[in-house]
Formats: sequence, structure tokens, C-alpha cells
Amino acid sequence: MTVSKVEKETRGTFTLELDPGESGFPFLPGQFNMLYVFGNGEVPISISGDPERPDILVHTVRAVGKVSKALCRLRPGDVLGVRGPYGSSWPVDACRERDILFVTGGLGLAPLRPAVFHIFNHRRDYGKVILLYGARSPDRLLYTKELETWSRALRVEPAVGSAGPDWKGHVGIVTNFIARMDCDPAQTKAMICSSESMMRSMISELNLLGIPDREIHLTLERNMKCGLGLCGHCQLGPTFVCKNGPVYSYDRVKELLAKREL
Amino acid sequence: MHDLLPFLAEHDFFKDLDEKYLSLLVGCAKNVRFEPEQVIHREGEPADEFYLIRKGKVRVEIHSTGIGPVVIQTLTDGDVFGSNWLIPPYKWLFDYRAVERTRALSMDGKCLRGKCDEDHDLGYALMMRFSQVLSKRLYMTRMQLLLELESFEDDE
Ligand SMILES: Cc1cc2nc3c(=O)[nH]c(=O)nc-3n(C[C@H](O)[C@H](O)[C@H](O)COP(=O)(O)OP(=O)(O)OC[C@H]3O[C@@H](n4cnc5c(N)ncnc54)[C@H](O)[C@@H]3O)c2cc1C
Repeated sequence: MTVSKVEKETRGTFTLELDPGESGFPFLPGQFNMLYVFGNGEVPISISGDPERPDILVHTVRAVGKVSKALCRLRPGDVLGVRGPYGSSWPVDACRERDILFVTGGLGLAPLRPAVFHIFNHRRDYGKVILLYGARSPDRLLYTKELETWSRALRVEPAVGSAGPDWKGHVGIVTNFIARMDCDPAQTKAMICSSESMMRSMISELNLLGIPDREIHLTLERNMKCGLGLCGHCQLGPTFVCKNGPVYSYDRVKELLAKREL
Repeated sequence: MHDLLPFLAEHDFFKDLDEKYLSLLVGCAKNVRFEPEQVIHREGEPADEFYLIRKGKVRVEIHSTGIGPVVIQTLTDGDVFGSNWLIPPYKWLFDYRAVERTRALSMDGKCLRGKCDEDHDLGYALMMRFSQVLSKRLYMTRMQLLLELESFEDDE
């Protein structure tokens, strides 16, 4: 596929738009693709665009190592390999009429963004919707224009690690503010994405509010190779993250998330 | 002041506190209001009170030479702040400023210090509650350190 646009989001993080051609690229919120940069290798990257715009395939990539750095060096007109879409999705259809609490930080918003788009596009189908989104500082928040657009229909609560005095949002890690979101635990479905240690901390706050494990959905980003549940690279106990995941309800992966080396 | 009793009794912070202590605390409480940008306390001032936010938002700042004020935390409805009335040398460690119009309950820590010395059960009950606030804050700060480590940002 050909890169049609590259946008720098924050330092070291870029959003790539790819042209999927005439047939478009339908996907479900939460699914990912295996992106292959010729001569460098292949990595799993979540699809971060609007599911109702299959004419543009969007990925947001943070440059951390060989392949992701090569992805971030691509420019419009460059070509890369795309395999997908793979994996499970956020339960956006199963939670119509429910309240939704998204909790995420930094790049964690990328895999959740298609679900937020979906709910924004079908706002009337859902109850109270809150997006609690954190970053280390205001200039590290992703998709700032969209956060503003979304805030017209959803409650967007940005939180940063530290800020200057003109910042009007929260300061502190997102976990700190979960208890302040006035959620009705019987109505709320939580969807979270962050590092595993941070998600454990989010889950303990969600549980304290009275939101049970089965109502918490999360995405696991274990390293993977084939994307098809064959090679075993991303096997996590009995589950293959690439095929059964990456989105799970917490009650299904609770034991696994507590284990250190899997 | 007795109308403050139900508020204190229902507040999470004072949950399960003996009624006689609640009445005593009401005697040490007063309603206060801060306007947007109003300084509530500055670093180094004597810490003779603590606050329960009823409605509003407060920011905690450190003044950094070169950068200016850096906001390290925001506090909102239901939050308790100011634990140094309990801990020598009884001084505010940061600057506190209202972000928006904020209503709070100010508790007279100087008076409570004396009462805690006289009645260790009260001292224990308050110490228990403040240790929870402080340990949660320490936990959040450590999680924040982890976020710094996990950010994978190249030094530029
Ligand atoms: C289902 C899934 C969805 C993903 N979605 C995205 C996305 O939308 N955007 C994005 O930028 N990345 C995403 N990732 C992570 C991405 O796949 C890795 O960052 C990438 O594989 C690293 O490869 P590399 O060759 O660039 O770095 P490597 O040379 O393999 O690793 C470089 C450094 O990055 C660290 N690293 C490797 N993998 C991860 C990881 N999963 N998380 C954090 N650190 C890691 C390594 O420990 C090492 O320190 C996703 C991963 C999975 C499994």
C-alpha cells in the first residue's frame, strides 16, 4: 500500500495514512495490521482511524526500535506491506445503551480511537460516555483536534503528569481520577489501554468503584510474529494474543495479567 | 456550624469516625471560598489547617527557577489536602492555588494538634486517614515515575 499522508503527532510519534485503493479497508475497532517495511521487518500496529472511513487506512506509530523507526521515516508516496485486519475488537455493539468509560494514556489512545469514533458517530445509541486520557505533558497528548471535536458530544477529561499554570485539565496520572468520574457501576462498561502495570492499577480503581472484571475490556500488546495464531510467538498461557486478542474482557485474562514472564 | 455535621459524616474521609469526634471536628471547621487564581497557601507558610474540597479545583505548584510555576497535581470535589499540620515542622511544602471558584471546608489543624495530643484515639483515627491519603499519593507518584521509564522517548 502507498503512504498518502504523514503527520507528526508528538515527538517520536507519527500518524500514517495509507491508500487502500478502490476496495477500501473495512475493519473493526481494536483490530490491528501487520505492517512490513521492506528490508526492515514486520510489526503489529493497531488501526487507529475511523471505522466508517474504510477509504483511508490510519496507523499511529511510536518509534521505539528498528521497524517502528523505519515506519516513522516513511514519506508520502512510499510503499509498505500490509497484512490484516487481525484480532478481536472492542465490544462497541454489545454495549449500546450503556455508559462507557474509556481510560487510557499516551499511545494507548491509538487502539481505542476507532471505538471512540464509532461511539461519537452513533452517539444516541449510548448513555454517558467519558474519555479519561492521560499523557506526561500537554504537548504529548495525541489527536488534540479530535479531542476537541469529541468533547462536544462526549465528556473528554484530559490529565497530564505535569503542566504550566495555564493548563485547565487534570494533573496527575489517570488512575487518580477514575474515582472522580461519577460512574454508575451498574451501567458502565470500561475500555482501557495502557502498559500492563498501569492497567493493573486502573483495574483496581475500577473495581473499587464497583465495576466488575467482566465489564472491563482491555487490549494486550504482547509481541507477535505471524498474526494468525500459528507460530506461538504471542502465546499467553492458553491464548494467542494475535488471534483471540488483542482485546479481551478482563475476567478472561485476569490470571495471565498477574503473571510476570509469559 | 452544626449544619456541617452531615457533610463531615458523609464524607469518605471521615467514614466510620466516632460521632463524638465528628462533633469535635465540626467545632474546628469553617466554610471557605477561593476565587479563580487565588493563592491558598505558599510553600514554607505554617501549615495550621487542612481542607476538604466541596466543589471546585485546586492546583498544586512547585516554583522552578528558570521554568516558573510547574503544576504537579490537581485536586477536585471530595479531595482532602494539607497533611503537614500533622507532621513537623508543620509547613506547607508546595504552593496551592484555586483553578476555578472553589468551595471548601477549612479544618483548624493547630487546634486539632492539641486535641490529638490529649486524646490519642482521635490522633490515631486521623493519622490512619491521613496515612491512606499519603500512601495513595506516594503510589500515584511512583506510577508516574514508571510512566517516565516506559515512555521510550529518545533524548533530543
Ligand atoms: C496488537 C498490537 C498492537 C500494537 N499497536 C501499536 C500501535 O498502534 N502503535 C505503535 O506504535 N505500536 C503498537 N504496538 C507495538 C509495536 O508492535 C512495537 O512497538 C513494535 O513491534 C516494536 O518493534 P521494533 O522493531 O520497532 O522495536 P524492537 O527493536 O523490537 O524493540 C525496541 C524496544 O521497544 C520495546 N517494545 C517492543 N514491543 C513493544 C510493545 N509492544 N510495547 C512497548 N514496547 C515495546 C522493546 O522492549 C525494546 O526496548 C502494538 C503491538 C501489538 C502486539
